[in-house]
Amino acid sequence: MIWSIAWRNVWRNKLRSFIILCAVAIGLFGTLFIIALDKGMVVQREEAAINTEISHIQIHNPLFLQDNSIKYDIPDATAKVKDIEKVEGVKAVTARLVVTAMASTATTGTGVTIIGINPDMEKKVTKLHEDVIEGSYFDKESRTPQIVVGEKLATKLGARLGSKIVLTLTNTQGVLTYALFRVGGIYKTSNTMYNEANAFVRTSDLAPLLGFNTENATEIAVLLDNTGETDRITDLLKNEFKDLSVQSWKTIQPMLVTLSAIMDEFSYLMMIIILIAMAFGIINTMLMAILERVREIGMLMAVGMNRRRVAIMITLETVFLSVTGAVIGMAVSYVTIRLTGTHGLNFAAVAQGFEAYGNSALIYPMLNRLDYIVLFVLVIMTALISSVYPVHKALRFKPAEAIRTDT
Amino acid sequence: MGVITTINLHKTYHETKIPVKAVNGIDISFSEGEFTAIVGPSGSGKTTFLNLIGGLDVPTEGEVFINGTNITTLSSKQLIDFRLHNIGFVFQSYNLIPVLTARENIEFIMLLQRVPRAERERRTVELLRAVGLEDKIDERPGDLSGGQQQRVSVARALASKPRFILADEPTANLDSKSTENLLDIMERLNHEEKITFIFSTHDARVVNKAHRIITIEDGKVISDKTSPPDPPLLRKKKGIRG
Repeated sequence: MIWSIAWRNVWRNKLRSFIILCAVAIGLFGTLFIIALDKGMVVQREEAAINTEISHIQIHNPLFLQDNSIKYDIPDATAKVKDIEKVEGVKAVTARLVVTAMASTATTGTGVTIIGINPDMEKKVTKLHEDVIEGSYFDKESRTPQIVVGEKLATKLGARLGSKIVLTLTNTQGVLTYALFRVGGIYKTSNTMYNEANAFVRTSDLAPLLGFNTENATEIAVLLDNTGETDRITDLLKNEFKDLSVQSWKTIQPMLVTLSAIMDEFSYLMMIIILIAMAFGIINTMLMAILERVREIGMLMAVGMNRRRVAIMITLETVFLSVTGAVIGMAVSYVTIRLTGTHGLNFAAVAQGFEAYGNSALIYPMLNRLDYIVLFVLVIMTALISSVYPVHKALRFKPAEAIRTDT
Repeated sequence: MGVITTINLHKTYHETKIPVKAVNGIDISFSEGEFTAIVGPSGSGKTTFLNLIGGLDVPTEGEVFINGTNITTLSSKQLIDFRLHNIGFVFQSYNLIPVLTARENIEFIMLLQRVPRAERERRTVELLRAVGLEDKIDERPGDLSGGQQQRVSVARALASKPRFILADEPTANLDSKSTENLLDIMERLNHEEKITFIFSTHDARVVNKAHRIITIEDGKVISDKTSPPDPPLLRKKKGIRG
């Protein structure tokens, strides 16, 4: 019956309870939604980086990472790709020929990274082909070799679909060589820096220009079935290819890991701040509720309700009040996050700012079930802590005095 | 020794510069089945005395024996348990739990005593019938009149099967009809169940029913008369308020 009394006591002063419930619910909703937005942004950035730019694991000649010269290649890359494909947990593998070059049009030129790919294999590893906004991703054959450039690079070079671009490269002999390519496609990812710096050509077009053995490569990219397997498979490949550099996405772009860790800490900090604010509100409400019932609590003690039971009753009231607000806040958050998580939240007005940092302006907020559970547990703990002072106050009442007060 | 015995009972409050002796050396005994009224002017120490013998307050000096137990030596926890099983309280302001129905207010005490559910339910109905409120069983205090609330309060006091009931001005907030009704119920319970009733009161109607009248002034017993009670007219002449 103590549970029943506690629950009914919560609703004695409906307006007061409603106000604190709203405060708790709105506070938690705000916190959860901001956390979901941040998390969505971080996860999207991670996914974009893995699926479009770097994949889960990259393998290089260790010297290539220092010099970026094609003479530091991976011998027998084609055979290695086939071996890696057999590893459990590996979804797709591709070999690339990465080289720096000067790209020039009739009007201007700029330094770019040219990535020689096998389009069919590359499509299995990266989703860049889905980001082509004009032309195609090496789907059409033409006499002039094709190049797929980022929208930003195209703008910078003043190039359009079908425009000619001359690449100036250094071949394996260290001699400058020139080749004409025609823009066959223009892509646009959420990362403008990437769009500006990278262009794609067929390895079969690039390798002969450089005198590069097509059985070799400068980079092998590995996509996994599950991001959670990254560390295990990275270690496995490190053991397999001891003379090569095997790096996971976490090593290649440590900023992504840091960003994720910062966001996690930020989430907990926000939760703690909002819970502290909530605790003060609840303590205030509970103190009012206790001081309005001095005579009643005195009577309960007089007729034989011991201190433990009085403490339980007040603690339960505090928990009910907090948990009801939390459940409402979390339910509203869940629905809102599900809706915006499905349709996305478009920050078109500040899209350039987002894209400069590699983020899409269309954000899909997301929150794990664990986040809800953690917050719920924290709410209960906050309620328990918040009940300490009101309980202490109530237990100091002396029955003989309390039953004769006006409240 | 009676059911309740006090020896050299003192209670002094030090809340003001000058200590107030609310109870100043009371030696008295109450026997089983008594129907006693404690009278006296406001501030004479009636309520303090009831609080002391009910274990709600701790004496500055002296002892209170209830059925041979010196309750002044009990710890706070033991005292709460002792009150739960031995003493019924009826308060001037009824002090029912407003969020509970009449039934729940009564059952609550038995729940504290861990009485099995079936017995709780049976006894609750029995008690409400005894105070004439069997038709108000599921009403909340806010839906009952003052007299009805006080009758529920009496039923609640009886729920724990106490040895005696202490009632602090139980009729102070009631009209004549409700007072008569309540007194009849308590008198019947006293007669049939042999429950000891001790009232503090200003009400002549309560005093009229009492078998023993104890007058307290300045924290001391100045008279202790047993039945037959004085007629109301004579009592008025003696200055007893009613």
